[in-house]
Amino acid sequence: MVPTALNAAASDVSGAASDTLVSIEGLSVDFDTGRGTVHALRDIDLEVPRGKVLGLVGESGCGKSTLAYSLIGLLAENARVAGGAIRMGDQDLTRLGPAAWRDLRGRRIAMIFQDPMTALNPVTTIGQQMLDIQYRDKTGRAAKRARAIEFLEQVQIPDAPAKLDVYPHQLSGGMRQRVCIAMALLTQPDLLIADEPTTALDATLEMQIVSLLRDLQRKFGCSVLFVSHHLGTVAELCDEVAVMYAGEVVEYGGARAIFHTPRHPYTQALFDCDPARIKEATRNLPTIPGTLPDLRQPPPGCAYRARCPHGWARCEREHPPLYAGAAEGQQIRCHLADPEEGAA
Amino acid sequence: MSLLEVTDLRVRYARQGRLRAALRGETHDFEAVSGVSFSIEAGQTLGLVGESGSGKSTIARTLIGLKAPASGSIVFDGEEVASASARDWARLRREMSMMWQDPVGSLSPRLTVKSLITEPLRIHGRKADRDEAERLLGLVGLPCEYAARYPHQLSGGQARRVGVARALALDPRLLIADEPTAGLDMSVQGEVLNLLNEVQQRTGVAILVITHNLNLVRHVTDRMAIMYLGRFVEEGPTARIFEHPRHPYTKALLCANPEPDPDARGERVTLSGEVPSPVNRPSGCDFHPRCPWARDACKTQEPDWYIEDDRGHRCMFPL
Repeated sequence: MVPTALNAAASDVSGAASDTLVSIEGLSVDFDTGRGTVHALRDIDLEVPRGKVLGLVGESGCGKSTLAYSLIGLLAENARVAGGAIRMGDQDLTRLGPAAWRDLRGRRIAMIFQDPMTALNPVTTIGQQMLDIQYRDKTGRAAKRARAIEFLEQVQIPDAPAKLDVYPHQLSGGMRQRVCIAMALLTQPDLLIADEPTTALDATLEMQIVSLLRDLQRKFGCSVLFVSHHLGTVAELCDEVAVMYAGEVVEYGGARAIFHTPRHPYTQALFDCDPARIKEATRNLPTIPGTLPDLRQPPPGCAYRARCPHGWARCEREHPPLYAGAAEGQQIRCHLADPEEGAA
Repeated sequence: MSLLEVTDLRVRYARQGRLRAALRGETHDFEAVSGVSFSIEAGQTLGLVGESGSGKSTIARTLIGLKAPASGSIVFDGEEVASASARDWARLRREMSMMWQDPVGSLSPRLTVKSLITEPLRIHGRKADRDEAERLLGLVGLPCEYAARYPHQLSGGQARRVGVARALALDPRLLIADEPTAGLDMSVQGEVLNLLNEVQQRTGVAILVITHNLNLVRHVTDRMAIMYLGRFVEEGPTARIFEHPRHPYTKALLCANPEPDPDARGERVTLSGEVPSPVNRPSGCDFHPRCPWARDACKTQEPDWYIEDDRGHRCMFPL
């Protein structure tokens, strides 16, 4: 059954603190390629709420991983922040030098990657890697070891002390991902970024890891940025959801509002394509015809215009801003949500 | 008579440490597929579902002759293929074809789409001209100008279509599709599945779909089989299994693929533990260490295959 053997009282932080941990203001990221500049992120405004789980949803090429990587300063060599700021406390993360990043990464911001095999060092034991990550602490080896064991137990790895001596290849995929989660939480970061952490896992393990993440997030009270294309896990885990398309946030809101009353035509089409939502068995599954726009030359109007069944002349002409939706905090980048259009 | 009839198929793989095992007088291999029986009718789609290591891809590799079975029989259109010679296989592979899991990786990066899709025709000494290439491109809904492109110029969905065209080039009677939508975006998955359905309606090809994605199975298959540790735990008409799973593992898999709704949180069976290794099978029922409903008998007694009407399951205390 659901492994909820965490003994410490789960402190419910969902209502207590509603302020913002990280504030992304007008962030644009470009990639310089041999065939031109790709405007991968354009004018992103997003707040990562403190002590909550924010889900980033979208299909390949929508920029969700680029956004996640820009929050931990791990963008590729050819990437460039073309504008905007990422504010955390009184720092602007887009202006940090390598030394300042080293001080933040693994301490205040940690990350879990998609593939737990390549995220761990194959030639070093789990224990050594978990000790290495505590290099900042002035405590002795025994204390660091004890802390490593404590966190392996937190992620429900059986027989934790013995696991310190094994190599990554001796563990199954699910166990490796648990080790990665333990290592990410070891330093008690303020922000945990999880980039498709369950994609490489089997279905029954996927749900185990998602409920583990949920329990640990409640317990440690950190903020989580959960990047996924799997709507089922996002609905299961996230408090707030941002839907991305072609380098923009097209819809944002509470998980319930997004899943129950999606307003942006792309969000609606994406949800319609999820076979898990189609109750009757059908041999004719819905798809989204057309392709992503070329992000070297993003269209002047709405990025979804070419594939949208509702578009009209205004969408061609005018880039839609984020309009407020009916639900609290819901924002939609679509002229259909313009209150003045609605009156017509 | 069924198009494909598999009876008590067993496939073994060698384990590492062959020498040490031999010295100790132990067996050094294990059964990846352990007594599986099923059949596929012409024009029908069977879904084979299971997690990694359940043996579903091993079955595919055995069916198409890339791995020899240890025992059991595979009868395709009245002909035993488990003992087929290389010469027999050349003929059989025209009748059965495979769609590989990795859409781009299974296409040679140095060949154009035209050579890729006509390659099976060339190998089997058939006409492989431009008309044939255009016919195949039309079959999978790609414009003719794609004939000159290379795999790196294709999107994931288009590469899948090329894979389908290659698999259908020789008009096979059985198509084995290994994870046909793995790695595809949701908006494109439907495209590939609709294409397979369409092709089946037009050509009457039988399809074996191998996947871990239950939602896919629900929409495209007539019957489905759920595998665990190299054995079927349940098999039957897809709609009936979804309506009422009898085996606890089927139930858990159905719960692990939930409808995305924040209000439905926590109403599901979540399994603890992980899939055991087929090298070290649990005693009694394979599934008992993870089964939320396991009783004492499950720990010692191996369940039989129980048949009810047109479906079967391997559980002594079905749901």
